[in-house]
Amino acid sequence: MKPILEIQNISKKFRIQHETQPYLSLRDSIINTIKSPFQKTAGSKDEDFYALNNISFNIMPGESVGIIGKNGAGKSTLLKILSKITPPSSGKIISRGRIASLLEVGTGFHPELSGRENIFMNGSILGMRKKEILKNFDAIVDFAGVEKFIDTPLKHYSSGMQLRLAFAVAAFLENEILIIDEVLAVGDAEFQKKCMGKMEDVTHSGRTVLFVSHNMGIVTQLCSKGIYLERGIVKKEDSISNIIAQYLHSEDNASFINETKTQQKIDLLKVQTTNNNTELKSTFKVDEEIYIPFKLRINANNSGYSLMITITNLLKSPVFSAETIIDNEDIVLKINKHFLTEGQYNLSLRIHIPNKELVHHYEDLLTFSIIDLQSDFMIYNVNNYFYGSVFGNYEWL
Amino acid sequence: MEYEIRPKEKLNLGIAELWQYRELFYFFTWRDIKVKYKQTVLGFLWAILQPLIMTMLFSFSLGKIISNNTQLNMPYPLFALSGLIVWNIFSSGLSGAGNSMVTNSNIIKKIYFPRLIIPISAVLVSLFDFIMAFIIFIGMLIYYQTDIHILNFIIFFPLSILITCISTFGLGCWLAALNIKYRDFRYIIPFMIQGLLFLTPVIYPLSLISNLKIKYLLALNPMYSAVELSRYAVTTKPLDSNLMLVSVLSAILFFIIGVFYFRKTEAYFADLA
Repeated sequence: MKPILEIQNISKKFRIQHETQPYLSLRDSIINTIKSPFQKTAGSKDEDFYALNNISFNIMPGESVGIIGKNGAGKSTLLKILSKITPPSSGKIISRGRIASLLEVGTGFHPELSGRENIFMNGSILGMRKKEILKNFDAIVDFAGVEKFIDTPLKHYSSGMQLRLAFAVAAFLENEILIIDEVLAVGDAEFQKKCMGKMEDVTHSGRTVLFVSHNMGIVTQLCSKGIYLERGIVKKEDSISNIIAQYLHSEDNASFINETKTQQKIDLLKVQTTNNNTELKSTFKVDEEIYIPFKLRINANNSGYSLMITITNLLKSPVFSAETIIDNEDIVLKINKHFLTEGQYNLSLRIHIPNKELVHHYEDLLTFSIIDLQSDFMIYNVNNYFYGSVFGNYEWL
Repeated sequence: MEYEIRPKEKLNLGIAELWQYRELFYFFTWRDIKVKYKQTVLGFLWAILQPLIMTMLFSFSLGKIISNNTQLNMPYPLFALSGLIVWNIFSSGLSGAGNSMVTNSNIIKKIYFPRLIIPISAVLVSLFDFIMAFIIFIGMLIYYQTDIHILNFIIFFPLSILITCISTFGLGCWLAALNIKYRDFRYIIPFMIQGLLFLTPVIYPLSLISNLKIKYLLALNPMYSAVELSRYAVTTKPLDSNLMLVSVLSAILFFIIGVFYFRKTEAYFADLA
């Protein structure tokens, strides 16, 4: 049997222009040309960046494949190339089926049009034929649960209803290959269950599904095979359980080694994130303890200095800080299990005498992630409802 | 069905693919027409009222002066309307198409379909308005009891519409592609349309101008031939074939440049939008 998708040596190069705005204005172009007519682009601080670097893999018909990787690993770029939104810089993809891509639900929804009209609009943008939409129309309306409002303009829908309608249209796509980006379960808990059920039906119906998510729980549930992307290359291609296991053990950013030869009163030599077996890791499960050993060098007999660390979340807000007096060159911090919620965290560090003297200050020294496969709040990771960075310490009485 | 996704190499129009997605033309056009007249009391009547009011305004302000100074062969209101209904396809189509890629950028970034569908649909929307206004035009022809040769009308009026569509679409595509890269065009387009209205013999006859060089310069405007043909369809007042040729060639040239520039740059629209 021939693969349904052959990805052959795909690269995507972006030119990073330092100093320029996201989009050009004509004036800039003209001025740049006048300023330096012999240069191709002014500034000449351009730098090539490979979002994807020569990646190849095959996907067989009927496989459901989870694509896993950290932010910036190239997942979204890969999906955009597969859905023909942006062309690859080199390489080619052979596809033996109709690809439908759901990088977002409700693309093309217009608030002034009624629910009925939006189903047709959205469906045809997604590549459905009019007769396919007509055939599934009742099922779509029923799935979304919006019978009563089907001829009401979309702007009068609640946001939950809009999302349900959007998902419902997408759920009835009949393409052989589906590409899905983190959009799958939306709405309230009950509707989410319905969505997951529908997604499982789809993956078991013999269609090919490519699925990108940060939510390991859902990936495990839906996919049989995994592809692990790291900095634009395929790091590993294996069964989904092996891929997730490796992802959890990745050593990316797990250690910081100070190579500058500073000679302050106290210097930081090394920081790492490890588990209790002193194994280097940067991704931890919710029920794992995080050990952070610090290696310092005390250059003179100094007292009164303390080490302070601050953990910040992706929104750059501090989650908590911890401080200790430096009385040893080896200090270990243990973050207890079931404390931080799913997400990515940064560690910043200060060596100082509080409010008196600052010796070192390192911003975002290490990055680590927490993934949630079992907590009660796991369901909210799906629709990006941010319920906080820490699990509360409380009881319901 | 087997196909390849690869870096863009050769330039073609992609007609086969457009045909494959033909239903989208209908949906985009239908959406834009619906949205355009949603929540208006008068609805489609606006498509009739706009050219009618413009004709009245121009007749009151310029009618007398122009009728007294030149040989129009028809009443001024009919002269103005015959130009305006063709001009309106161009002006609304051009501003619609020129801004279409930017206004639909949220769709472009998330889903693939042949991008040409969007500016084509914008021109189709303005054709719909034209059909509405055409009713007024017929009404006015009857009111003034104009003596028209039916065969002449059937041949030359559609020809005028065809040239209008070609130039609107060509220029529209070009501006749409430029607009997504240089947002300055959002401001340039309205000026351009306003300026061109005065450079095209819509509200005045070209016979007002005697300098031949200036005449040729004005004929570089693709809309010159479209407007002249729409009047020729009614009056059979002889046309200057040299000037017409210049204008038709320029329409075709704009079409080719516009469409090819669009096709050449469309792969990167999603990165720029």
